[in-house]
Amino acid sequence: MIETLRGQNLLTLDGVSRQALVEVLDTAESFVEVNRRTIKKVPALKGRVVASLFFEESTRTRLSFETAAKRLSADVLSLAVASSSVKKGESLRDTIATIDALGIDAVVLRHQSSGAALQVSRYVPHVRVINAGDGLHQHPTQGLLDAFTVRQVLSERAGTNGVESGAALFEGLRVLIVGDVRHSRVARSDVAAYAALGCEVRVAAPGTLLPTDVENWPVKVVDDFDDALEWADVVGLLRLQRERGSGSFVPSLAEFTATFGLTIERARRLRPTTIVMHPGPMNRGVEIDSRVADLPCAMIGRQVTNGVPIRMAVLYLSVVGSLEGAR
Amino acid sequence: MSAVLLRAGLVVGPESTRVGDVLVVDGSIADVGEGVIAPVGCHVIDASGCWIGPGFVDVHTHLREPGREEAETIESGALAGAVGGYTALVAMPNTEPALDNVALVSYVLDRGARTPLDIAVAGAITQGRRGEHLAPLAEMAALGVRLFTDDGVGVQDPSLMRRALTYARPLGVRLAQHCEDERLAAGGSMNEGALSSRLGLVGRPALAEELMVLRDVELVALTGGALHFMHLSTARSVALVAAARARGLDVSCEVAPHHFTLDESSCEGYDPLFKVHPPLRSLEDVTALRGALARGDVDVVATDHAPHAPELKDLPFDEAPPGMLGLEHAASLTYEALGDEPDPRRFFALLSRAPARVAQLRHADDRVRHSGQGGALEVGEDANLVVFDPGLVWTSRNEDLHSRATNSPYDGRAMTGKVRATVAKGRVLVENGELV
Repeated sequence: MIETLRGQNLLTLDGVSRQALVEVLDTAESFVEVNRRTIKKVPALKGRVVASLFFEESTRTRLSFETAAKRLSADVLSLAVASSSVKKGESLRDTIATIDALGIDAVVLRHQSSGAALQVSRYVPHVRVINAGDGLHQHPTQGLLDAFTVRQVLSERAGTNGVESGAALFEGLRVLIVGDVRHSRVARSDVAAYAALGCEVRVAAPGTLLPTDVENWPVKVVDDFDDALEWADVVGLLRLQRERGSGSFVPSLAEFTATFGLTIERARRLRPTTIVMHPGPMNRGVEIDSRVADLPCAMIGRQVTNGVPIRMAVLYLSVVGSLEGAR
Repeated sequence: MSAVLLRAGLVVGPESTRVGDVLVVDGSIADVGEGVIAPVGCHVIDASGCWIGPGFVDVHTHLREPGREEAETIESGALAGAVGGYTALVAMPNTEPALDNVALVSYVLDRGARTPLDIAVAGAITQGRRGEHLAPLAEMAALGVRLFTDDGVGVQDPSLMRRALTYARPLGVRLAQHCEDERLAAGGSMNEGALSSRLGLVGRPALAEELMVLRDVELVALTGGALHFMHLSTARSVALVAAARARGLDVSCEVAPHHFTLDESSCEGYDPLFKVHPPLRSLEDVTALRGALARGDVDVVATDHAPHAPELKDLPFDEAPPGMLGLEHAASLTYEALGDEPDPRRFFALLSRAPARVAQLRHADDRVRHSGQGGALEVGEDANLVVFDPGLVWTSRNEDLHSRATNSPYDGRAMTGKVRATVAKGRVLVENGELV
């Protein structure tokens, strides 16, 4: 059990304690205000160097991490893999060694292979490693920002603030995760976070897109997706991972949409208080109807916004290793 | 005259054991018994407390030559084998290019003949190991090839496998199959189960192996062919072959030391040293394989020695090639796996006598310049012998290995039992555990 992220690598949410999760959420809360200022900067990581290494395509995660690092006044080394020596056949180890030789405090890594972040942490034990998504394995900051967004929305409605509410709002919260669970690192991080925070988690997916060992997960598989939509307080949609061959796990995208897509008709069955989330990038018209994505219950834009304070909190806790001066 | 006397060890025959000496003169066994007189100038090796048996025979060695000499050569593999107690190795054909024709087989046999061991060759079943068209099995058989396999992958097409079994039958050779249905294995990199799911690694289900075992047992029944099942890794695979044997089919099987020593939990840290095909399985499978070894359901322990250059084993887990070293640890790991009171006859059956039978290396063959292997330790036999000390506890260090590669998963592991001496064709190659 991981009891705190302070001074630690963030490789997975699997086995991260409730207390450690709440610590990150609370730290992020203090950075929300920074992002509302005209001058959106604090000196917390001044003089520190954060390397951003994305071996896989990304829009929001990369921009979000780099924005977070800059708002903490860190220097950011950003490697665009497409135009780097990786294209000349340089190995992961050598790429990391090269960047490490420039002097870095943290590396944010997105890689197509599961376990890549753990491997990198063995190459550079003196550098803090933040996993920004590794293969099918984990995407911990997405799990954190999803939980953060849920807590933010619920605490606003309750007229309290997130820090005061701690983990209380998650107790018994009904979370439904829908779609390509099998190939989703977001699902693995989300389930770990929601379960640790006390939510009741269910999943809905065609049989082929459920993990083969779903009985070992802290979730229930729903029998009827439409009924489950009425049950849920939070609906977390997942992107169909077409680049990982998920297209061949269902007969057609149209059938997937017909059976497990959040169509406008299905969205009418949601209770008015239900929150709809999607980690992006969306396949509009596949797992989510374009019109649903733009409904007020959809928190997709807010998830992106919250990515910055969450990643500020993660970088801060991991690199500085204490809570001093978080403001 | 050159003479070697192995003094006062437990001489392990196929049926019985007794304490005694083995005298080797000019490459063959000249005397076996108590108080054998050492001729003048004889090299005497004290074998007290040790087992004396036929030199080990590995039916599954990747020697990487030609094509991957940075990982292993026939020469370096032979030396590693000698340290591990081996006096004969069967070179796998998944070299670059594949050993699928007479010219390439001759090349490897020639290189092998320059080593002190017997190096046999397994030819490819299909051209280029592509699984599309039969390789010239009869031509290679005429050269002395006795075992054929596309190892690295199995022959996926059942119709082609049927044809191969039927074609090979009158040639008096044996096919050997790497059993994994690659479509079901789905490009996975570890055993499919709760752990692969948690680690986000695509799994190779046990069924991918078992389905091909099941299929090939029935193809053997259909064709009357002979088949050796390679590196079986699950309890059910071994049970399927045991049942086929009981039906009277001409089948044999091997297991690899890593499959009865390590389980899938070794993959937890994503260290590619533990990536192998078929993958490391569940703890229940490991336990079942150990039971099958002791019981006799498994014919052969084969190393699947698979050297890889260090940079290839330093990739992300899903990108790294499968395979690990095995020649220098197989005897110790087999000894450990045989339980509290290992039967020395079983030990030598698994490591020497059965593999020599499967690979048809029992008798000398001048065409391939081979001596007789896996003998009964009787006067007149070719002197391929090993002295194994079951009491020696040692720690494996990768820097001490004799392979060119270092991809052993046993660095720092304590081992019980070690090869003290290896005598190949009458020549002492290893003494006191070291190359002479």
